[in-house]
Amino acid sequence: MMTDLEQQIIDLVVDISGDDEAAEDLDMDLFEEDILDSIAAIELLVALKDEFGVSIAPTELEREEMNTVNKIIERVRERM
Amino acid sequence: MDYYVEPAFFVLCLPIALVAIVLGMRERPLGRFNLVASVGMLLLLFFRSVPTLLYVCAYLVVSTLLYLWVRSLFAKKDPHALGCYRVALALQIAPLAVYKVGVLFMPDFPGFLGISYITFKTVQVLIEVRDGLIDDMTTLEYVSFLCFFPPFTSGPIMRSRQFVQDVRTPLSRDAYLNRLYRGLGWFVLGVFYKFVCSALAQWALWMAPNAIAMAPLAWVAQVVCFGLDLFFDFAGYSNMAMGLGLVMGMEVPQNFRAPFVAKDIKEFWDRWHISLSTWLRDFVFMRFSQFAIRRKLFKSRLTTACVGFMVNMFLMGVWHGVTVDYVAYGLYHGIMLAACHYLQKKWKFYKKHRRERWFGVASWALTMVVVFFGFALFGGYVVSPLLGLGA
Repeated sequence: MMTDLEQQIIDLVVDISGDDEAAEDLDMDLFEEDILDSIAAIELLVALKDEFGVSIAPTELEREEMNTVNKIIERVRERM
Repeated sequence: MDYYVEPAFFVLCLPIALVAIVLGMRERPLGRFNLVASVGMLLLLFFRSVPTLLYVCAYLVVSTLLYLWVRSLFAKKDPHALGCYRVALALQIAPLAVYKVGVLFMPDFPGFLGISYITFKTVQVLIEVRDGLIDDMTTLEYVSFLCFFPPFTSGPIMRSRQFVQDVRTPLSRDAYLNRLYRGLGWFVLGVFYKFVCSALAQWALWMAPNAIAMAPLAWVAQVVCFGLDLFFDFAGYSNMAMGLGLVMGMEVPQNFRAPFVAKDIKEFWDRWHISLSTWLRDFVFMRFSQFAIRRKLFKSRLTTACVGFMVNMFLMGVWHGVTVDYVAYGLYHGIMLAACHYLQKKWKFYKKHRRERWFGVASWALTMVVVFFGFALFGGYVVSPLLGLGA
């Protein structure tokens, strides 16, 4: 069962990347697969702050800590 | 005493490395010893000029006070914290900015060796305090971070959180041995780069104009030799600094990773002067983009990224020096990065063929032309001769 939070984050990543692929495999490496680049990652951080009030500083996490949809969901959960 | 050049430096590093190795093998913390060794080595770097020595001391004291001030304001959630942080940031950047402009008019304008690099360290700490990522680094840890002597004069630019982690957690024997072996390897490679490869490139650079009669070809040969010398000299220095740091038990970031295999200019900057380019990415490009996206300054993400690259690289150029050559170098790389980014996003031909071999080869060759023309700008082979400023 997918929670609201999960669905919202998936929608957000799809919206920012303009690519449905992100929704298909939640463990796919978004940077390796060219779904996100560094500027899109910043846009994601801004959106996470606006929509969930979760603030993650640009140097807070290593790329390996939020390179899949599931990891992004986890990082948001930890901070809510 | 010049670091990594004078024999005396290498002779002095030997006992320091030996003590570090003994401590490391016994799984003892290295933080205190590193601080004492670093203060001693900094004294040797600056002792010839008392005013400079006093300036360095004052710089360290003021930076530490600024750090403690900003940290305490954010810890108290002071309503003026953000404003005070901005003031502190401006004060922290001021000595370097004033110096870079001042030397244009007065060659002996007050400054000190390493002022460019220490500014990266003090500025990143203030920014990360604001971000809430640094809240318990002690005064002693902060001073140790600023003074750590292997990368003091020219980097690699270390990150304080990695440094503090290394100071706080003594390594197991195996973990230390791993750093020791890596450190020795990097140091030896650095010596080879600097004292063999760079020396050869310098000799070739000196020979080129005499050996080749045709002016345009001689220019190309000079630029190629200059670029190779730049790489081997700086990568050689960086590898020695990294190696020495590792022997002293501290993780120092790698500064060069085979830059001449890059297939596009973005990849080049992921491989060239990495600690500088990642610093600028984290603290300039990303902050600028965040600001621009929040304020909706530009219509598209593509425009944001392109403007971000220009701002980022313009600053990189100015940081090297406020001269026409360095500014041109910065702007040039800003434009190249923006153009590369734009093509990769918009050019259908690129998306279709980018994984094919011939495309990779062509892309690599073009990248090298772009890179070496950048070296020509950096080395003053283009703009100043054109303006008649003399080389």
